[in-house]
Amino acid sequence: MATAASAASSLQYAPHGVGAASTKKPRSVVPAATARGRRGSVRARGGMAARAAANAEAEAESKSGGHEVLLFEALREGLMEEMKEDPTVCVFGEDVGHYGGSYKVTKGLAEMFGDLRVLDTPIAENSFTGMGVGAAMKGLRPVVEGMNMGFLLLAYNQISNNCGMLHYTSGGQYKIPIVIRGPGGVGRQLGAEHSQRLESYFQSIPGLQMVACSTPYNAKGLMKAAIRSENPVVLFEHVLLYNLKEKIPDEEYICCLEEAEMVRPGEHVTILTYSRMRYHVMQAAKTLVNKGYDPEVIDIRSLKPFDLHTIGNSIKKTHRVLIVEECMRTGGIGASLRSAIIDNFWDYLDAPIMCLSSQDVPTPYAATLEDATVVQPAQIVAAVEQICQ
Amino acid sequence: MAAAVVLRRLRPHRLVAPALTTTTTRGVSDSTDPLTIETSIPYKSHIVDPPSREVTTTPHELLTFFRDMSVMRRAEIAADSLYKSKLIRGFCHLYDGQEAVAVGMEAAITRSDAIITAYRDHCTYLARGGDLVAAFAELMGRRDGCSRGKGGSMHFYKKDANFYGGHGIVGAQVPLGCGLAFAQRYRKEGTVTFDLYGDGAANQGQLFEALNMAALWKLPVILVCENNHYGMGTAEWRASKSPAYYKRGDYVPGLKVDGMDVLAVKQACKFAKEHALENGPIILEMDTYRYHGHSMSDPGSTYRTRDEIAGIRQERDPIERVRKLLVTHDLATMQELKDMEKEIRKQVDTAIAKAKESPMPDPSELFTNVYANDCGLESFGVDRKVVRTVLP
Repeated sequence: MATAASAASSLQYAPHGVGAASTKKPRSVVPAATARGRRGSVRARGGMAARAAANAEAEAESKSGGHEVLLFEALREGLMEEMKEDPTVCVFGEDVGHYGGSYKVTKGLAEMFGDLRVLDTPIAENSFTGMGVGAAMKGLRPVVEGMNMGFLLLAYNQISNNCGMLHYTSGGQYKIPIVIRGPGGVGRQLGAEHSQRLESYFQSIPGLQMVACSTPYNAKGLMKAAIRSENPVVLFEHVLLYNLKEKIPDEEYICCLEEAEMVRPGEHVTILTYSRMRYHVMQAAKTLVNKGYDPEVIDIRSLKPFDLHTIGNSIKKTHRVLIVEECMRTGGIGASLRSAIIDNFWDYLDAPIMCLSSQDVPTPYAATLEDATVVQPAQIVAAVEQICQ
Repeated sequence: MAAAVVLRRLRPHRLVAPALTTTTTRGVSDSTDPLTIETSIPYKSHIVDPPSREVTTTPHELLTFFRDMSVMRRAEIAADSLYKSKLIRGFCHLYDGQEAVAVGMEAAITRSDAIITAYRDHCTYLARGGDLVAAFAELMGRRDGCSRGKGGSMHFYKKDANFYGGHGIVGAQVPLGCGLAFAQRYRKEGTVTFDLYGDGAANQGQLFEALNMAALWKLPVILVCENNHYGMGTAEWRASKSPAYYKRGDYVPGLKVDGMDVLAVKQACKFAKEHALENGPIILEMDTYRYHGHSMSDPGSTYRTRDEIAGIRQERDPIERVRKLLVTHDLATMQELKDMEKEIRKQVDTAIAKAKESPMPDPSELFTNVYANDCGLESFGVDRKVVRTVLP
């Protein structure tokens, strides 16, 4: 690892022609047609039928070919591919460069792209997020990493007032194609301040899009889509999911930022979840299936705006909804989702919407208490049984 | 303008016959022959050698200064009366007294250089080539405003002139300015960013964070502290342990400039641009003054005396300084300048009348520009093709 002195003097330019943004080479990608059948379809939401077929084939097709990656490697692949294709994509964050990222998401990128494109920042979240917004206003596409999402609370002013609002207050003159990402969520006894879930705080900011990844497949897809989006996107990762392993396609693909993912089709109840709770839900689903229930599990992925199309179609089928989230109960994603469902699909509901969230407490250190703050599979099973009475 | 290095006062430049003819045919001098004028006071500097006090200009440029500053002064006073007649609502922060900073800066740079400032942005917008009608329409919240009526007084922007606004939260624009400079360095544009803030914002932590990063990465950013000595109602000596804002950069060089002298500002900005392109950030402290209160809700007299305001107006007014220069160098007569001001007044009044005709924004505008590409309801194909989708 370079010393501070040499780092200061050695901001070499990337070998990929930074500063030559106009000579972007055309992308060689798989056209949308052949991407049909991928899980988390890249087709427009209008193609419902195609997507239903795609989901059926998805399981089989993704198992053939492809390569196995861990989630953090998938994120890195997505980031690397976008940085190769577009010289305006750059990364800001603490220890993202020489150290390789505290969760290894940016490992090796500084060697590939140089110290200016993978910028090690001092510990100044407010300002480097502000710098990211300024750079985005001027045409770059920065990816700002918060070492832990909780630290981005220091940058809340920049995210809310500048990032979210500049496109509007300038009457559409400035676009802010920034991606703000980082790990959040309750980990393993990390303590209250390092176990924050910021999706509930950011969800009211107009102008922001929020997505949460949960598998290596959608992590890479969402990372790429977020970088390409003209809107500011906050990509929520989870500390405990970085080592998930999955086989992902060799070909280039992206996931739609506004689409939810059908994890397990079913008939009896719609379970809406995201990020780590998806796995608790799937674990509960095993128990539920043994008990004779058929839950439909949807990973909502897009936390802002909600994919009411997928969610609505599911509710129209099952008439019962359970929301399982890791946010705190008060003012969380579940609270907004409940509101949205009641406003749009009230007539289709046969039971009150249940929402299982984390307790409204700072996350305690003790292992047993920490387990009690988040939703556990047993509670999910009990909730489904209650809803389906 | 060629940088004439002659360091002596030139003789007054006579262009045409004495004023026997009417003002319209004689015309004021618009010669581009160089003229060297000394700044009001020498520069004070911190870890850098200050530029010379001798500023090269031309009669044409001085005339432009007079005209531009008069337009700004007139526009701000007009905004004052519009606010009092409730056509402008909310917050309105007026720049009169500080015109020399905006005009002098503009004279030293190009439109490819970027400027970002806080909420006292009407005149900076005009200096960047902003349209008077668009400015007043924005202040009145009309459709033809520069931000479509959706920004208001504190959110003027002009992308094609590299003017990045227009920010309401004190100090939040400073890191943004460093981001602009980062992009300029990243793309090797050879341009700089002027990052303006006030004496109140100088105590914000994010400023020092941004300074550190700018110095670390040698970003071509010039931090300009428009020190009008009052952070709303708090005088600088009550808010800052060290009111020597140009020294606050510590390892970053700084220059203290008489912000009421447009030529001093121009010289300092030129110097700063050259410095920033070579060596990274530099701080410019513009010693300036605002005649109005902090905003239209602030009378501006509870924390300072009327004598103080009148005194500054008497002795340091930027427009009067240029007027004196023009008259003593025989580039224009008092009457000609008065006529120019009358014409400017009419120009501003016409702009206001035109702006008043502009309608309020269409209700559908409430939802436009929240996201780029409309409400984010578009999916991006692998080949970047955009497909519009519809919610049920």
